[in-house]
Amino acid sequence: MRYISELRPVERTLGFVLKAVVLAVFVFPFLWMVSTSLQTFQETLAFPPTWIPAAPQWINFAEAMSAGPFLTYARNSVTVTLSVIALQLIVMIPAAYAFAKYKFAGKKALFAMVLLAFMIPGQVTFIPVYLMLADWGIIDTLLPQIIPFMSSAFGIFLLRQYFMQIPQEIIESARLDNASEFAIIRKIMIPMSMPALATIALFSFVSHWNDYFWPLVMTDSAGVRPLTMGIAVLRETEGISNWHIIMAGNVVLVVPILLVYAIASKHIVKAFVYSGIK
Amino acid sequence: MNNKPVWEAVRPYVMILPAMGGIILFVIYPVIYLVKLSFYKYNLMNASKSKFIGLDNFKQIFSREDFFSALLNTVLYTVGVVVLTMILSLLIAVWLNRKSRFNAIVQAGIFTPHIISIVSIALVWMWLMEPSHGLLNFLLKAIGLPTSQWLQSSSTAMISVIIVSVWQSIGYYTLIIVAALQSIPPTIYEAAALDNASKFKVFYKITLPLISPQLFFILIIMTIGSFKVFDTVKIMTGGGPNNATTTLVYYIYEFRTNSIGYASATGVVLMAIIALLTFVYFRLLASKVHYQ
Repeated sequence: MRYISELRPVERTLGFVLKAVVLAVFVFPFLWMVSTSLQTFQETLAFPPTWIPAAPQWINFAEAMSAGPFLTYARNSVTVTLSVIALQLIVMIPAAYAFAKYKFAGKKALFAMVLLAFMIPGQVTFIPVYLMLADWGIIDTLLPQIIPFMSSAFGIFLLRQYFMQIPQEIIESARLDNASEFAIIRKIMIPMSMPALATIALFSFVSHWNDYFWPLVMTDSAGVRPLTMGIAVLRETEGISNWHIIMAGNVVLVVPILLVYAIASKHIVKAFVYSGIK
Repeated sequence: MNNKPVWEAVRPYVMILPAMGGIILFVIYPVIYLVKLSFYKYNLMNASKSKFIGLDNFKQIFSREDFFSALLNTVLYTVGVVVLTMILSLLIAVWLNRKSRFNAIVQAGIFTPHIISIVSIALVWMWLMEPSHGLLNFLLKAIGLPTSQWLQSSSTAMISVIIVSVWQSIGYYTLIIVAALQSIPPTIYEAAALDNASKFKVFYKITLPLISPQLFFILIIMTIGSFKVFDTVKIMTGGGPNNATTTLVYYIYEFRTNSIGYASATGVVLMAIIALLTFVYFRLLASKVHYQ
């Protein structure tokens, strides 16, 4: 607060304007995407550019969605994203509990292995994983986009931190009341670490909804592809100059994420900051 | 008689079994399999006809010009992205550090691209960078500057891809740095104010050393992240024009169906580079980083 009084009004206004410009640099491309998605083909070619379309062309969305099996793509995206989150939570909760609250031989080494795995990217392992899953005969299902992500190193790490902060006395007194370990996890650990679980789930949602690389290298047919791939293909099917159609498809891909961001921006920001620092 | 102690000894292992199983099956085993594949001329149609060829794939890698060009492109991309992102996000973070409503809004705005799919980002920027009807060239013309071919010329394609990547990730690193800045106790600054230290000196002598652990970590994340760049290149340029933007992962991707052994060997090289980078960073910077 001390600094405010030091700045003269001119400087403050200048700083404000400069910040607004920076903000525009990051937000404007998305507004431009929405504007283009509602323009006619002629308007997209106009010079100077059409900032606001004369009459919103909602038909662009219908056209984009009829360019491929978009209902299937959307269903695949939803199924994959939700399944990944569910599977990760089921796998991570007991693991984080064991790492946080039990003593056992090899604990340090096993935990180090979890962190090491975090460092090895899918861009390195995708060929052998593909061959292995092809061997299992499941390439034409959604499973290759789900099961390789069952262990989330980030999730196990974050949840373990959270579990460790829950006082041991609470657990001990529950044990004295003859509560089973399962009941302790269900009735104490999970309710007390809801913020961490929400953070982890949102992080997974954003990462997997947006994922392009993994489905690209794991799928061989349109029936199992997600929205990201469908939209990326639009450019080829729509021709390179139909930007109004491409942007319409793009809006469909972006809106769910923006909606979730609008509702839970604090959690999402926290999730990403954690994933970087911890 | 009583199985309870046995169960209690086994229980932790049972509880981590699914997690460890997933890691072994989808990370550890594939890495071993990758190394094995790199010694083979793999036959996709009939795996039993695959032939062990020793180090031939690696010899081939290091004698091919297209590999070195992909490696050079990746290094250029990485240096460009890391340097620009680091400087810009540090500047913006220091600038927006003070807690205020407007600063929070600007931070959230800058962060937004980070949670949007790279597919959308790439398409929006391809439209902005379109040479004849795109908005960027219109703006350049409007202020009297020469226009650019952006992604469509081999001399500007790489810098265009770098711009998009920097634009997408600045907000994320800004947030991390802001979090680091706000964890510095204000008493330290008060002491400096008593000594009448200049703003620049305060930043260089106090702020920078105190946030160096976080800067050091994001340096690693950024470098490794940049080394595996693929999506932007795949969508925006397809490695072109004239292979000007073919990066290592894109190179591997192109060989993934027809020469699995060769692609795997390149994957091993990529993994080695990532491991080496992590190791070198830790050795070089560990001594210069202040841990609280």
